[in-house]
Amino acid sequence: MSEALHIKGGRVIDPASGSDTVRDLFVENGVITDSKPAKATVIDAAGKVVSPGLIDIHVHFREPGQSHKETIASGSRCAAFGGFTTVVCMPNTSPVADSPATIAWIQERAASNSIVNVYCTGAITRGIAGEEMAPIGALAAAGVVALTDDGRCVQNHGVMLRAVEYAKQFGLPIMDHCQEATLSSDGVMNDGEWSTRLGLPGWPALAEDLIVARNILLAEQTGHPIHCQHISSARSVRLLREARRRGVSITAEACPHHICLTDGDLKTFDTNFKMNPPLRTQADIDEIIAGIADGTITILASDHAPHAPYEKEVEFDKAPFGILGLETELPVFLEILFHRRKARTLPEILAMLTVNPAKLLGLDRGTLAVGAVADITILDPDHAWTYDKEDSPSLSRNTPFHGMALRGRALNTIVGGKIVWDLENGFRN
Amino acid sequence: MTPAWNHKDLCALGEHTPGELLTILDTATAFKGVGERNLKKVPALRGKTLVNFFVEPSTRTRISFELAALRLSADVVNIAASASSLEKGETLLDTARNLEALRADLIVIRHKSAGSARFLADRLQASVINAGDGAHEHPTQGLLDAFTIREKLGRIEGIRVAIVGDILFSRVARSNIHLLTKLGAEVTLVGPPTLVPESFSSLGVSVAHSIDEVIGRVDVVNLLRIQHERQRKEYFPGTGEYTARFGLTKKRADRLPAECLIMHPGPMNRGVEIDSDVADSGRSVILDQVTNGLAVRMAVLYLCSGGAPFARIETNQ
Repeated sequence: MSEALHIKGGRVIDPASGSDTVRDLFVENGVITDSKPAKATVIDAAGKVVSPGLIDIHVHFREPGQSHKETIASGSRCAAFGGFTTVVCMPNTSPVADSPATIAWIQERAASNSIVNVYCTGAITRGIAGEEMAPIGALAAAGVVALTDDGRCVQNHGVMLRAVEYAKQFGLPIMDHCQEATLSSDGVMNDGEWSTRLGLPGWPALAEDLIVARNILLAEQTGHPIHCQHISSARSVRLLREARRRGVSITAEACPHHICLTDGDLKTFDTNFKMNPPLRTQADIDEIIAGIADGTITILASDHAPHAPYEKEVEFDKAPFGILGLETELPVFLEILFHRRKARTLPEILAMLTVNPAKLLGLDRGTLAVGAVADITILDPDHAWTYDKEDSPSLSRNTPFHGMALRGRALNTIVGGKIVWDLENGFRN
Repeated sequence: MTPAWNHKDLCALGEHTPGELLTILDTATAFKGVGERNLKKVPALRGKTLVNFFVEPSTRTRISFELAALRLSADVVNIAASASSLEKGETLLDTARNLEALRADLIVIRHKSAGSARFLADRLQASVINAGDGAHEHPTQGLLDAFTIREKLGRIEGIRVAIVGDILFSRVARSNIHLLTKLGAEVTLVGPPTLVPESFSSLGVSVAHSIDEVIGRVDVVNLLRIQHERQRKEYFPGTGEYTARFGLTKKRADRLPAECLIMHPGPMNRGVEIDSDVADSGRSVILDQVTNGLAVRMAVLYLCSGGAPFARIETNQ
């Protein structure tokens, strides 16, 4: 049951309204109210930050079909543990989320098993095979919030153009994993000095740049928004910057690992550093951070991609791409963007984790306005801690951040007025 | 004072110090004498079991490791991928753990995945010796090449070495680059830009795209095979154009300095990267490389089994 809450004395940051003041926040009947409830649980937030519940528009919860890696239940616990109240799931499940039946299955599963809000994306093409258009109208009716073939990239430009044109009538944004397949080929890491040293096949930044440029042209041509997922390359940032200056409806997201780790971290062939797109160079990190600082990249996401230990415990080129992300996402972003690089203020970083993704996908979340659903994250941007993967609620353990000292952490995660997790007591169910 | 060797594995020359690499070369010098005797056997690894685990085909390297182990009195078992449980879907790690459970002391592995030797070395008690992992490294080939250079020219420091050919996909090139640069040689990589990308210059070597510019000022030219099984048509137009631009033809061989060594890790494609007569000429040390490979592999097996480094081996048993 939703309880009445009195969140006392916190620094309440609501990027949606631009407000940033020390005040009390009240919750009753699952929504934010402007008056103190008669009887309320008091949460002392003095010295802490009270933010709209964090939103991650790029996660893989692996259901249906791959529940040995993660489930909607375990994935949602990772989200709550990391301060996220809303996630958007990618469609590369088994079966692929390319039909209303699969979407309905995920929604039902989420309603009974998830402790955070789960939204679905639908595939752009059937089976994310890049050939035939998925039933986009039916997916829209089923409630997907965007279309993407994430994990794959639609290679056929004609198919992609028509999908964008077709999606426009439903107002469904397109999200694209930018990877030109003839250039990335059998690449498993960034093409450069370290792939040369390690003798591993390279996946060049150029393969991302080419599709980012394609998507800019398609967004410009159609006037429909395209969102470029997990940008990893400096030149992609420059292409996006130039296009956004011209007013093209193109957006982009950055992931923690792409601003924190480099291809040199692969030198021990540790598959926990293998993801797609791959870790690149310090120059790429610097440009991505510059893009975050100047508004080229407006959304932060995790690409939470669990894989079972036995799947990762293989030869490097045989291991699947992907790493855990939700639990370390906020801390890594705060550590890098706020503490070390001072690229953005705290309210600006929180905007990229709340109101910006909510606006892109038309979600009625990401705000602390009176009357809004009470999704709230209380956090301490200075909380110093060391991440231990054994504490993870995930079914998997594939993280490169194990043992990393971080500053910043969620303290309470409140979904629809209900405390689902807090640092002191853990999960509430 | 010979530096110690404190490693159970040899996975990559890039992981080791110049002192450690010299230790292997010095120990190999001592072992070379064993192969020259009538009785070609020493008891250094008596009672040890070595498994030659070749997941990629090989003749020369596998036989060389086998003979090296036999000369050290080890017991040797050979398994090929086609005969192993990998064919039945067993993972590499599980197969290797089974070998270890059978009490293999040394596992020599060749595998198409870069990093596979290191992957096993980190997870097994047994010694893991890399006999070639994808395009990453082929450490004993690098060592035998350096051994041959030192034997013929008396030193490695300051020697100018050109490595010609398909560098991008070559583990031999990478092991040579690491070892030779660590020991002070000047290395130039030669080949078309598609097979010798600029990124190699970050490894402390020069990159050239014309063999004719390099050939007049080298002490060693090491020709790599154009690897048909890996060669993709989009990297260069064909062997005819390759030979015209990069092959060590007779004409080019005539321009080499008189003392220049001609090397090739084998197997050769006569008439492609190297002219047939040039391969058989007096400056060619290609068969010396093969002989030296045995000594180098004896040294590696011996050191990784915990043997003390030494410069001279007792010749009487």
